[in-house]
Amino acid sequence: MTQPSSLEKKEPLSVELTEVWKRFPGVVANAGVELSIQRGSIHALLGENGAGKSTLMNILAGVYRPDSGQLKLHGRSHQFRNPSDALSAGVGMVHQEFRLIPSFSVAENVVLGSAPSLIKTGQVEQRVAEMAAKFGLQIDPSQPLWQLSMGERQKVEILKVLWRDAQVLILDEPTTVLTPSEVDDLGEILRRMADDGRSIIFISHKLHEIAGICDHATVLRQGKTVANSLPVADTSQDELARLMVGASPTISTQQSAAVIGKPLLELKNLSAQGDRGMNAFSGINFDIKSGEIVGIAGVAGNGQRELADVIAGLRPSISGEIIMDGADITTKSPNHRFQSGLAYIPEDRLGVGLAPRLSITDNAILRVYRHQRKGPFILGQKALSYCADIIERFGVKATDVNGPIAALSGGNLQRLLVGRELDGKPSVVIASQPTRGLDVQGVKAIQELLINQRDSGAAVMMISEDLDELLAISDRLLVMEGGVLRGEFDPRSASRQEVGMAMLSDAQVRATP
Amino acid sequence: MNEASLIGLLIATVSFGALLYLAALGELIAEKAGVLNLGVEGMMAIGAVTAFIAGVEFQNPWLALLIAMLSGALLASVHGLFTVGLGAEQVVSGLALTILGLGLAAYLGKDYVGLRPGAELVPVEWGPLSELPWVGPIFFSQAPVVYIALFAGIAASLVLSRTRLGLALRAAGESASSTDSAGHSVLGLRLSAVATGGALAGASGAYLTLSITPQWAEGLTAGRGWIAVALVIFGAWRPGRVGWGALLFGGTLALKTRLQTFGVDFSPIILSMLPYVLTLLILLIISVRARKRPSSAPAALGLAYRREER
Repeated sequence: MTQPSSLEKKEPLSVELTEVWKRFPGVVANAGVELSIQRGSIHALLGENGAGKSTLMNILAGVYRPDSGQLKLHGRSHQFRNPSDALSAGVGMVHQEFRLIPSFSVAENVVLGSAPSLIKTGQVEQRVAEMAAKFGLQIDPSQPLWQLSMGERQKVEILKVLWRDAQVLILDEPTTVLTPSEVDDLGEILRRMADDGRSIIFISHKLHEIAGICDHATVLRQGKTVANSLPVADTSQDELARLMVGASPTISTQQSAAVIGKPLLELKNLSAQGDRGMNAFSGINFDIKSGEIVGIAGVAGNGQRELADVIAGLRPSISGEIIMDGADITTKSPNHRFQSGLAYIPEDRLGVGLAPRLSITDNAILRVYRHQRKGPFILGQKALSYCADIIERFGVKATDVNGPIAALSGGNLQRLLVGRELDGKPSVVIASQPTRGLDVQGVKAIQELLINQRDSGAAVMMISEDLDELLAISDRLLVMEGGVLRGEFDPRSASRQEVGMAMLSDAQVRATP
Repeated sequence: MNEASLIGLLIATVSFGALLYLAALGELIAEKAGVLNLGVEGMMAIGAVTAFIAGVEFQNPWLALLIAMLSGALLASVHGLFTVGLGAEQVVSGLALTILGLGLAAYLGKDYVGLRPGAELVPVEWGPLSELPWVGPIFFSQAPVVYIALFAGIAASLVLSRTRLGLALRAAGESASSTDSAGHSVLGLRLSAVATGGALAGASGAYLTLSITPQWAEGLTAGRGWIAVALVIFGAWRPGRVGWGALLFGGTLALKTRLQTFGVDFSPIILSMLPYVLTLLILLIISVRARKRPSSAPAALGLAYRREER
């Protein structure tokens, strides 16, 4: 059901990919993909996780080499051997994981790789500032990168490709790290770049953003182009969604009414420091009752991660109390908290939640190995059966339970981690970004697990940057900004805009009429 | 304590300081590019022995210095090949390099033990400057290696902070993947930084046998390579601060041999522990302080890099 391209201009297309194939062991990531992009337009590349978007863009950016297929830029054929080739040909990519150096200044990050042989700091910073101003990017080139927010870091990444004079910019899910108002900003910046004659490829699966920002959309499904260069203005969001998933999506999770009981977790005037010695959050007061999910909304880096760490006992608090089921656990060890029924699903799955090089079995028993030993020895058979039980009950797809866990895909890693944490019938569940980076199926599965916990009487705290998700599954929504709670909302009646405003800093709120 | 012996102590402080600084600077360059090389002691020993042999054979101190630097670079390149090229564990490879260097130096130098030096680096005279009281003998009558060390320090500092090469080198030590995606060769940058580090450690060793001692004996380096490694941490990876640290440690090395001549009655064995005890103390203080502040160590130090090809 590939639709004919609606482009009829004489000017050669800035990007033309034809019949692109790319196979990885066991997967066909791209099966004859077509993509054509006009000069000066913002082009959305849509598709679910695993649809082949990233692979295709990595081919265009020179990271992967296609098995077959043709790549034309402005009418000329190219074959890229590496990202530098692609950059010299004018294709620059802003990856989802930023490739920036925290200890360098903004300017140093921008010019790395194309710096003059003698660097006069003042001059270079001025040139970077001029380029930033041209496209409406507000940024101080002399600032060290680690002081910047995620949104600002993204601007640095964009400056990096502009500095190399890229005519084709690829942005891989650029809005995941942004607040709603930053998304609007980004839209304006991209429009300026398009008006400057550049082409922008915008990878996303958030339909409402695409409607606001993009001119055309190409939809991929299972490695194939299912719609080529649809004009976004003439296509409804429902239509795009149907093209993406193949049928009308039913992402909304069924919400049964909560049966709310007594408070299981109470935070009283809690404060703690962040990694750099500054206050991460202060004066946090709230409780979570049995049978409710409390969502914590906010832009990353406003103290949410530290709050979760403090509750789990991985970071000391400097004042305040944590009461769990009536008992003060403020100074108790993480293991004590776990034994008394606290489950923690950390944001950093592979770093904090799991040990990447240990086997799936070893990871599965990390919490409970004390019960599967005889003297100092772990009972292998018991561990294996425990692991098999988790795998089966939580739907982990794993072929070799003795292989390193890092070989599992993101969704399966998360299922195993969540399964391990939820296995002991916890009374309090702290979940930090539990669905980030998962595909639609994975998100749904994890959300259902959390809702089940709630329904069976647990108190659940869920930190997420995805406001839609929080609005869908929380019973109460708290907004964290600058280390303090900025408001409490009822997800059934609150609007995205209301909550979004609370997520912004005071200064920004005041500036907006 | 009289004036002459105090001046003598300060002269020795500067000259030991330069010795440590050369080696530490080499280690700093390698670490800035992300490669920890614990083989400094071995590279120094190789530099010392090859310089002495070349001095005896060719009677030319400059040629001897050059050969020592090349030998140091060559030995360092073994470490580079294993850790950067093949992704071997840097700590293990560096320790092996120390053992290899010390053993090889002892073997190469066994026929040269106790020989008279064939060439020496004589102190540079700066005309009237050298006549100045205090300043003259301490700063303007030193062996040329001292000035080379100073020049190398300034050059390293400028290159690291002010040039494209320095930016790329620091980037390789902070994030190899960012450097790679910016189009720089991480392999090339790291290999050349390690080799440069080896050359400087070699020069440091040569300074021992061409000027300070000047003799060859097994175990001549006496752990000074390890002090150099500690100095890099002490100086927070900054060439200037490492320089001050080198002077401080140079002072303790000088003090150790001289304290008795000042009439201080103290066990020489305890005295010879002084620099190493100071090293431990400083590492302790730095580790305690580092718990409160973000580390200034290169973020990718010790991490091998392999480009991901799915």
